[in-house]
Amino acid sequence: MSTTLIKNKEATNLTENGLFAPSKVMLDLNRLKKVYPTPKGDYVVLEDLNLQIMKEEFVTIIGHSGCGKTTMLSMIAGLNEISGGSISVLGKHIKGPGPDRGVIFQAPSLMPWMTSLQNVLLGVNQVFPHATKAQRNDIAKYYLQKVGLEDAFNKKASELSQGMQQRVGIARAFAIKPKVLLLDEPFGMLDSLTRGELQDILIEIWNKEKITAVMITHDVDEAIFLADRVVMMTSGPKAKIGDVLEIDFERPRTRKAVLEHDNYYKYRKHLIDFLEH
Amino acid sequence: MRQSITLGKVTKFVGLGFLTTFKDLFTGKLEKEDLKGFLRKIVVPIASVFLFIGLWHMGAKYLYNTEAEFKIQKALTDQGPEAAEAMRECIASGDLSCKPNTLPSPAQVWESYKSLLKDHQIISADKANFIEKTATLNEKRIAAGKDPIVYTGRPSFVDQILRSLKTVFAGFLLALLIAVPLGIFIGLSPTLKSAFNWFIQIFKPVSPVVWYLLVFMIVKTILIDSSDDSSFTISFISVGLCSMWATLVNTAMGVSTVDKDYINVAKVLKLGAFQKVFKVVLPSSLPLIFTGLKITLSVAWMVLIAIELLAQSPGLGSFVWEEFQNGANDSNAKIIVAMFVIGIIGFLLDRLMLTIQNMVSFNKTEAI
Repeated sequence: MSTTLIKNKEATNLTENGLFAPSKVMLDLNRLKKVYPTPKGDYVVLEDLNLQIMKEEFVTIIGHSGCGKTTMLSMIAGLNEISGGSISVLGKHIKGPGPDRGVIFQAPSLMPWMTSLQNVLLGVNQVFPHATKAQRNDIAKYYLQKVGLEDAFNKKASELSQGMQQRVGIARAFAIKPKVLLLDEPFGMLDSLTRGELQDILIEIWNKEKITAVMITHDVDEAIFLADRVVMMTSGPKAKIGDVLEIDFERPRTRKAVLEHDNYYKYRKHLIDFLEH
Repeated sequence: MRQSITLGKVTKFVGLGFLTTFKDLFTGKLEKEDLKGFLRKIVVPIASVFLFIGLWHMGAKYLYNTEAEFKIQKALTDQGPEAAEAMRECIASGDLSCKPNTLPSPAQVWESYKSLLKDHQIISADKANFIEKTATLNEKRIAAGKDPIVYTGRPSFVDQILRSLKTVFAGFLLALLIAVPLGIFIGLSPTLKSAFNWFIQIFKPVSPVVWYLLVFMIVKTILIDSSDDSSFTISFISVGLCSMWATLVNTAMGVSTVDKDYINVAKVLKLGAFQKVFKVVLPSSLPLIFTGLKITLSVAWMVLIAIELLAQSPGLGSFVWEEFQNGANDSNAKIIVAMFVIGIIGFLLDRLMLTIQNMVSFNKTEAI
């Protein structure tokens, strides 16, 4: 099955049977299944879904609305129960949610009664309980600076714009130094200008931290710009992985270079063909 | 980040936003296009107050005439035309002995208000005098290990208001201490919720009078050896038990309906139970808890009067009842004074809670 998943076999790190070498794999979804029981019988959202994601890889997932992308992501996050198959991080099966898998939600999901610094500290305090207060403050401030919020440490989250709130969300997720970063359409609610800004910020931090990332998006251009691989999911029910596209632009990327690259429109056409099929 | 504090912000914050329009009126800030708003916000309420007083005055006059006519007719049928004529003259002269007893007019109520204030001044002067006189004696008594002599004279109207406020705050505090923690537990645990649900559903609609009787049964026995007056204890506990339900239900609802996103964040960060409750669940349910507390305080104030009346606990409730019982010529007017005082204090308590609610609420638009 998995041999057909990866189009570009020349991509490195593949063993002979088409799987990644185990030492390189960060996240492994194996025959994953999700069933919602309904009065009319079981509704199968995902079935037989296999996906391996390498260390330091950025994967974007696109697919039609309601195909089960978010279900899959929240299963990886541990917020949704697994009906069958398994999810493992570094070879270990996951059990419930945990800070080794940071999540950036679609809504910023900040505590509106806390300042942006307190929001980031909420996670930092949890992950670094043995650090001193000053050290934890430094970590939180460092990431807030990285997302361009050095002037808004003490602003209440409710006073920030949607875009600014999502910046805090990014800082909060990176500050807990997760093994895997899960992004559920984090920029879906923003206007296109702010979205571009936040994509730049995200990719800038990511270039530094190289945290394995899985991001859901509806935006084909966003998917290409950010990803090493774009995973296309078939429409539900019984959604699975339909196709995988390798994006071999060198990093760090700039938006301009990506747009002018010869392969850009080829990739774009490939994705749109899949979605319109 | 400090915002300048203006009168407008403050008055709006405490829910008295209409006051700013008054200020604008005197500082000449009122523009022509504001005229409509000015009419609606200032002229209409003032006009309606006058209309209310006018209607009240006319109604009182009508009732007075009906009552007077009835008295004359009664004298005529019982004692003959001479007695009826005597009664007519007596009523016309305004003599207190034959004054028709009915709804007092606004002017009479105003007079009673002034006489109650005067009464208060006399009593407080008397009290001060008493304390001064007994000061040296009391020192000696305390030195000798005896109880000091305290003033035991009749309480004034103002004393009774203060006593009522004391009872209501004690009851409110009791309600808060029971309902908020219990509500949090019920909201957090579906098991506790089903354990307590029948209890809440059944006891919530119970009338204040019944609560008072229940508390009376229990407290009377508990304090059987105490020589102290238990009426205060009984009335504040009854007030608390009557009024705590809104807070209990709202707290439980607030805690159990915390935004799923916040709970997910808490799960992903693996916050402990204590952290989850104090950093996520409680702050996000504070607005609802305060809405509950606001209802609790206004219910407490409303049932207080009935409970004080039953408990014979000095306060506005017993004031109203005593005035009704003693039937002096200005009793009815005093009852109406008490009615306005109760209403105005209730309104002020409501604004007080609104102010606190606005202070703790993270989302300023949410407060009602």
